[in-house]
Amino acid sequence: MKLSSTTRATTLSVALAATLALTACGASNESDAGTSGGDSAAELSGDLIGAGASSQQAAMEAWQAGFEGEYPDVTFSYDPAGSGAGREQFIAGRSDFAGSDAALDEEELASAQERCAGGEIFELPNYISPIAVVFNLEGVDELNLQPATIAGIFTGAITNWNDPAIAADNPDATLPDQPITAVHRADDSGTTDNFTDYLFQTAGDVWTSEPDGEWPLPGGEAANQTSGVIGVVESTVGAITYADASRAGDLGVVSVAVGDDFVAPSAEAAAAVVENSPAVEGRGEYDFAIEVNRQTEGSGEYPIVLVSYHVGCIEYDDQETADNVKAFMEYVISEDGQQAAADNAGNAPISDSLREQAQTAVDAITAAG
Amino acid sequence: MTTTSAPPSPPQPKRRVGDRVFAGTAKGSGILILLILAGVAAFLVSEAIPAITAPAEDIPGGEGLAHYVWPLIVGTLLGAVLALLIATPLAVAIALYVTYYAPRRLAAAMGYVIDLLAAIPSVVYGFWGLAVLAPTLVPFHEWAADNLGFIPLFEGPASSTGRTMLTVGIVLAVMILPIISAISREVFGQAPALHREAALALGATRWEMIKMAVLPYGKSGVIGGAMLGLGRALGETMAVAIVLSGGGAAALTLITSTNPSTIASNIALRFPEATGLGVNTLIASGLVLFVITLAVNMLARWVVNRRADFSGAN
Repeated sequence: MKLSSTTRATTLSVALAATLALTACGASNESDAGTSGGDSAAELSGDLIGAGASSQQAAMEAWQAGFEGEYPDVTFSYDPAGSGAGREQFIAGRSDFAGSDAALDEEELASAQERCAGGEIFELPNYISPIAVVFNLEGVDELNLQPATIAGIFTGAITNWNDPAIAADNPDATLPDQPITAVHRADDSGTTDNFTDYLFQTAGDVWTSEPDGEWPLPGGEAANQTSGVIGVVESTVGAITYADASRAGDLGVVSVAVGDDFVAPSAEAAAAVVENSPAVEGRGEYDFAIEVNRQTEGSGEYPIVLVSYHVGCIEYDDQETADNVKAFMEYVISEDGQQAAADNAGNAPISDSLREQAQTAVDAITAAG
Repeated sequence: MTTTSAPPSPPQPKRRVGDRVFAGTAKGSGILILLILAGVAAFLVSEAIPAITAPAEDIPGGEGLAHYVWPLIVGTLLGAVLALLIATPLAVAIALYVTYYAPRRLAAAMGYVIDLLAAIPSVVYGFWGLAVLAPTLVPFHEWAADNLGFIPLFEGPASSTGRTMLTVGIVLAVMILPIISAISREVFGQAPALHREAALALGATRWEMIKMAVLPYGKSGVIGGAMLGLGRALGETMAVAIVLSGGGAAALTLITSTNPSTIASNIALRFPEATGLGVNTLIASGLVLFVITLAVNMLARWVVNRRADFSGAN
């Protein structure tokens, strides 16, 4: 899975020629906004090494293509080794930034502050992706479900599609007498972590397991990776699963209860909930780690989202790394960058206010001394 | 003249360079394989120690290493033994047909095709199992749950996707079939012509000849082949990871959605996102698989040696 940056660059430069062309246009606009030292964009060189969440991989490919189009002399690599490994590598100083599906915990934060020259880090929620609950049921394209009903389906308490709990919220749907096959991820994944966190926070009575990247309950149908769970649901009538919303395809999509409304997964609804979620308290000035508000009652907010961060230093030891990280993050949070990612990965672009917030951190990135 | 010369010294074995190089490389290769094995074992043990010594609540699942690994051991053995039970009789029958029943030309072609089965990558078997075999077997799963449900192995509820231990067993059986049948074919083909002809001359039918002359002779070879196949089935990763709906507790059921995963597929599925002690736990489970495979191989060797005296293979 670890493609070298050169091979990946070659493939991508062909595959994403269109993206490159687009971002090249954007580059001229950004270079005057971002760089502080007066060095022109094209002069950046050296390496930029990232590692971490595999959830960001598709977006990262788009970002890499765009970034390399802008700064062809920088050798960029991103190792999708997993969030935990990404955080470890960043803290150990083996990478310049980390991609992570979870914010740093207290202990990691302390080590990360030691690793960075000025003792300050940034955590930017740059990758937001709604997780859809999708199902395969003949003649039913959408369903409204309460969190407790979803939890009941996935714990195995609700076993048939004609269950009164499902029917209550869907008076217009013709629900067949069909057993439910609830499918979950067999591998350790950030999607599972966020989905179980949602159930844990919103359906506490029914769902009592702590959120975890590994499916916490014994039993149930398990499949490998997003393509695996989607594949099983596509081929099995009566199956339901949770997966990245961009992969829903022709499957039926659940609108989840938020307050008195039912909200379907969409880029806007996902960005909205992230924007209105409270920040994790006691963090640094540029640490924008958030606690996704799963229990939101705001209209048009979709609470089952995966937020993946970019973690890096505000002060780097050398100028080259600082410039490269700064230029990369500048591109990632730009409208072009977010759109390129959304085109490739199907995630939700960040909102303008998140961009403004992230911009303050990007502007602050410098080299020590 | 001859008397004056020194008595001819006994002819020195003349050691040519080629001899020495060859002996050296052969010896080196022998030592190398031992070193590699020792290296793997040392790596497994040293990386597994943190997981073995860690307090139970730090292990993924929170209830200790044994609790984590036990269902995996059960799943690994269940799938592999099931595969062996299906594949061995089939492989022996194929080998007998190819060696003693099929017309010569057909036999050669069949042998070639069977060997080809071994060359298909396991990930392809996995996709075949997932896309073709599992859906096809769903009706059988339902039938088994209704009619054989009184046997604990076939207790329902039947899986609606067919991604069960039963399907995995069949996929694994197809994968190890060429190994067992190739070795069986070899040993059956070597059954002494004298014995066979004697049996036929005494008026035995072809089946009786096989029963009396071929099977006893080939028994150790078949067992050896079966153990090789078992080793392959125990360690199979991709096909199981793709087909099996795993992650359940240690239960001996074949047709439900809740199956214990296998050690190898569990490592493949969890490793990419594992960190810290999670990695050590996975490696510890790998150590367990290493020990199981080693035990199977030693058992096979012991069985083959024990039978060797009777078979006439020596």
